[in-house]
Amino acid sequence: MCLGVPGRVVSVEGLVATVDFWGVRRAVRLELVDEPVQAGDYVLNHVGFAIRRIPEEDIQGTLDLYESLLRGDGDLMAADVRAELEANPEQSPDA
Amino acid sequence: MPEGADSRQLKFRDPARARDLGRALTAAADAMGRTVSLMHVCGSHEQAIARYGLRAAFPRSLDVIMGPGCPVCITDTPEVDEGVALARQGVTIATYGDMVKVPGTVLSLGDAQAEGAKVEVVYSVTQAVELARATREPVVFFATGFETTAVATAAALLGGVPDNFSVLSAHKYIPPVMEIVAEMPGSKVEGFLAAGHAATITGWGVFEAFVERHKLPVVVAGFEPLDILAALVKLVELVRDRKPEVVNMFPRCVTREGNRNAQEQLFKVFRPAGGRWRGIAHVPNGNLRLRDEWAHVDARRRFDIDLRPLWKYAPPALVQDCICGDIMAGIANPKQCKLFGKECVPDTPVGACMVSSEGTCKIWHLYGGVPDLSSPDAPQAEVRP
Amino acid sequence: MNLRLDLLGERVSMKHGAGGRAMRQLIGEVFTDGFPKAPAGAIGLDAMDDGAALPLGDGRFLVVTTDSHVVLPAFFPGGDIGRLAVSGTVNDLAMMGATEPLGLTCAVVVEEGYPRADLDRIHASMVAACVEAGTTVVTGDTKVMGKGQLDGIALNTTGVAIATRVVRDCGLQPGDRLIVTGTIGDHGCAVMAARHKLDLAGDLRSDVAPINGLIRAALAAGGDGLVTLKDPTRGGLSSALHEMAHKSGVGVLLDETAVPVNAAVRAASELLGIDPLVIANEGKALIGVRPDAAEAVLAALRAHPQGRDAAIVGTCTAERRGQVVLDTGFGRRLLVEIEGEPLPRIC
Repeated sequence: MCLGVPGRVVSVEGLVATVDFWGVRRAVRLELVDEPVQAGDYVLNHVGFAIRRIPEEDIQGTLDLYESLLRGDGDLMAADVRAELEANPEQSPDA
Repeated sequence: MPEGADSRQLKFRDPARARDLGRALTAAADAMGRTVSLMHVCGSHEQAIARYGLRAAFPRSLDVIMGPGCPVCITDTPEVDEGVALARQGVTIATYGDMVKVPGTVLSLGDAQAEGAKVEVVYSVTQAVELARATREPVVFFATGFETTAVATAAALLGGVPDNFSVLSAHKYIPPVMEIVAEMPGSKVEGFLAAGHAATITGWGVFEAFVERHKLPVVVAGFEPLDILAALVKLVELVRDRKPEVVNMFPRCVTREGNRNAQEQLFKVFRPAGGRWRGIAHVPNGNLRLRDEWAHVDARRRFDIDLRPLWKYAPPALVQDCICGDIMAGIANPKQCKLFGKECVPDTPVGACMVSSEGTCKIWHLYGGVPDLSSPDAPQAEVRP
Repeated sequence: MNLRLDLLGERVSMKHGAGGRAMRQLIGEVFTDGFPKAPAGAIGLDAMDDGAALPLGDGRFLVVTTDSHVVLPAFFPGGDIGRLAVSGTVNDLAMMGATEPLGLTCAVVVEEGYPRADLDRIHASMVAACVEAGTTVVTGDTKVMGKGQLDGIALNTTGVAIATRVVRDCGLQPGDRLIVTGTIGDHGCAVMAARHKLDLAGDLRSDVAPINGLIRAALAAGGDGLVTLKDPTRGGLSSALHEMAHKSGVGVLLDETAVPVNAAVRAASELLGIDPLVIANEGKALIGVRPDAAEAVLAALRAHPQGRDAAIVGTCTAERRGQVVLDTGFGRRLLVEIEGEPLPRIC
């Protein structure tokens, strides 16, 4: 429902940040963001407002969560699929 | 490719990993030995699923239903009529691009614009406020979207607006409608994929009471291909293990308590109120209306909005026959609707599912069936002139 | 009967000018009917190609095309309505295989009170575009309309050229390759950002340019192996592919990951929720080639300054005739044509 796009803060002036979306920059308002942001931070933008400062460690955290799904921690994946993945190293999650 | 979040964002779009997750999803779904019906309540999830062609990766035993998650689709006809009536009364309407083609009783805002009304497309409420600052004429921001978007409207009002600026709120609040769908008689839905960006505001904690009441699992999901596939794997697992829990698979944006700062601003400006959602039902607390303290910017109170010129043309019987509610609940498909492809087509949609570019009815109408290109027996759409 | 159908079915709306199905339907229903037949051997109105080709009797053809231009705003990053008017017509001739325009006509309709300085700017950029294209304006017409009867300015240009071989937009067979001559979405994205005052800072510039020189190089390299030409203007690459697929009676498999898109356009389209495949281009071509000519045409394009980013993006198939299947790298889906102008969206 809501088009949220992550970007990186280039500079902050009061309650307005200039955010780089890897190709275009745009002013993003900071009234709504949950934590103070500074240059270099990642934010989630929706309709010109930052609604979340994305902590860098959480980006890696999400990726790790998916890795754990594929590793089968908590038996999320049947053993035969894991075997199949191991037999195709070019498609394995750690390739 | 520069280092940083860009390359990380691309990691969430890694086709090889998506294939791995697709296989994990197939394994999990096949292990169930029956069809599992899951629902997402987010138009952006459907957009992402369609844009990346992810349906081709879904196993046949998995039925992923598009729920009432498009705030534009479920904006009710009388709300569009209010915007159209104001535009025809000479007021400048500023609104998001999504709303321009949504039909009212007789006209859409785009139709009103073609007749000469002033309708401005904006990307942000900030632009609408600037538009008002640049003129003495009244400017009404026709505000649509869920809580994610409503917080922006709230922040703009709290930040101060000129006297000629008002808001016509058609904002919606998503948590109550999940209750309606879960309680629909005949619903086969066994688990929900919750909208990650809305949950960024509300926090995943709002789903705990829902899970408790309905004993159905909820997984909060992001919008990159890997986000969606991983969340579906998790949801199938929860269904298999009969674990009605809330699981947050979008931790880079969603916390349990959500964005408190944004919530505070939201409820300083808006109050939940009951109202109709197009094609669904009356949703208790499903609408966000301006509080009494904000009457001075409330277009409904500042203007005499006369809908009668529009309603004298109303074809009321048609909407009665629309079965979008059942389609979104996953208990009917478009071909069971007598309006489908006849009175209800993309150019003149009757119901919510024919409005959105990713609405179930629109997709069926354009492609002549479920657009699953992975199977040789997929329906062959006719070549259209 | 839904009254809305009665009310609006009889009126023209903006979608009828947006280059999609609605526009083709309107043209088909209203404009192509009733005229006396074109001379034998001609490509006329009923072909609904980029222009017409009239046989001269000596094996050669007179190629004619006409195009009206209205754009809001009239000046945008990378160009203006004057450059657009010259490039559009030169390119429509080139899409028929006629890359050496003999001359253009130019009709101007302008609103009372229009700034003289803006007219001068438009004129200067028309002159510059003519020089680039190797042609000139040979006759014209000017009309002024009352204040409010027109929004600013409208330009019409007509172009004529002689061609020995006319290239159609319908000659594809299964197995043929499809090439785009460069990045897509640049023009529409730049105009949209300016029109809706989106305040996007970055390299968003229209690609508006005459590309008859580029097409000449492709034709020389491809010979008879170059079978179709189409410029993906309104409706973007998606509409051009659909029209080619429909007219040739083939299916198209488009490899999304091969389609060149500028970083700024990609970023803006993510931000605005618009698919670059439906965004207009004004300096690009979609070229259909036989498989054995693909590499030669691609090499010729890449050797030309306007074709550096050219890429093979699709293959014609015998399946799903008239349709375009998009391979996203994650899965396959049908590509849809846009109805009306793309607008920034929030959901």
